[in-house]
Amino acid sequence: MMQRGRPGRSLPRPVARIGASLAALGLLLAGAAVAAPAEPAYVEIPATSFLSVIESEPGAKPTPIATYALRREPVTNAEFLAFVTAHPEWRRDRVPALFADRQYLAHWSAPDALGADALPAQPVTRVSWFAAQAYCESENARLPTWLEWERAAAASETVADARGDAAWRRRLLDWYAKPSSGALGTVGGSPNLYGVRDLHGLVWEWVDDYAAMMVTADSRDQNDPDRLKFCGAGAMSLRDRDNYALLMRIAMLSSLKAADTTANLGFRCARDPGDTP
Amino acid sequence: MNTIRPFVCMLVLALAATLSPAPLHAADAAPAAVAALPGDSAYQLAVPLVDQDGKGLQFADGRGRPRVVSMFYTSCKFVCPLIIDTVLKTERALPEADRARFDVLLVSLDPDRDTPAALKQVADKRRLDTSRWRLARTDKSHVRRLAAVLGIQYKQLEDGEFSHSSALVLLDADGRIVARTEKLGAADPEFVAAVARTLAR
Repeated sequence: MMQRGRPGRSLPRPVARIGASLAALGLLLAGAAVAAPAEPAYVEIPATSFLSVIESEPGAKPTPIATYALRREPVTNAEFLAFVTAHPEWRRDRVPALFADRQYLAHWSAPDALGADALPAQPVTRVSWFAAQAYCESENARLPTWLEWERAAAASETVADARGDAAWRRRLLDWYAKPSSGALGTVGGSPNLYGVRDLHGLVWEWVDDYAAMMVTADSRDQNDPDRLKFCGAGAMSLRDRDNYALLMRIAMLSSLKAADTTANLGFRCARDPGDTP
Repeated sequence: MNTIRPFVCMLVLALAATLSPAPLHAADAAPAAVAALPGDSAYQLAVPLVDQDGKGLQFADGRGRPRVVSMFYTSCKFVCPLIIDTVLKTERALPEADRARFDVLLVSLDPDRDTPAALKQVADKRRLDTSRWRLARTDKSHVRRLAAVLGIQYKQLEDGEFSHSSALVLLDADGRIVARTEKLGAADPEFVAAVARTLAR
């Protein structure tokens, strides 16, 4: 695999990304939520068949995935601020409790201002699934499905499916193993094969079907009271047990409710072909 | 695989402790746009529905009376008939005078196949009292949101069937979730008691 010749590579650190981040910031300042002319905000991910790490049956077949477009970068604080300004019902002081918990955008200095703890080019975090859905709709988009996210995130800089590459997996684990107490980096990490950035190494991301990932294949199991609870559902067998980085992501997402927010959970959006901004 | 199970359990617990500290039922956030509707009301969610008679309605139109809500799909052979059975048994477990004082809404998980005609067939076959029961459909994006609000997990399988958790959710007259049960087959006494309490308020 391509990475083997570069054992010293590690995930880009925030400090190594300042140049790209400044460029991204410049684009944001030029107009939040407006696609940059040089680099569209969304990039097409070609159709394929993909075997998710969730698939547990030994003979499981890859699932066809149609062509879709994925946001190159997670949604930033600056972009989310523009959204709540245009849609004030999503301000933290106005959102109904049904849609977001008390920590929703709590790191912003005010309901309509970012402040020192929320840099414009940092990915927005402390957003609920409902809020992420609403944001994506404002871009005429939607949240990606888990399969769409996983498929894009399986790509390294050079290979569409790098999951079999031990060095690649090690890089991912290095990030997941880092404590999350430090300040978040800014968007603009190195692009993968498709030109998508920050799928790993920056934040967790909501997906449309986050709640369904641990659902077993047979509704008749539901009389077992533990079946859909986490430790019970944790009995799902992973096709590739080496993919701990993905396992952690799946476990984290599955533990959430749609109104939950966390300090490390952001999102990006996806679009079906033909849907334009 | 056995080694993975405790790992996942510990992981989820650890993540839940560190990443997901927020309470689910925050105090009302003063929703200015929807006067008097509580912030935690399920009716904060706008869901356009079409019922078994092809009539359009909004999810929030149920406001004013308690309502038992669940999700199902008509081609489901095993669990979904049980959902209807369980609601009927819950009704029968209540005093006769109470039975007509709440509504029932079943929303399809399968908008591709569950047309109003398909829904009507089930309503007719099960002889449901459609003055109080609504079987309804909406689009996929609203299915996902409604399921999130009700805490129902589902996943469409490759053969078009759905794997889903089943729950009866009791909403009070303002749409707040006051009880839920995942016990199917017989009326859940605790859920019946919750319906009775809600009707007594």
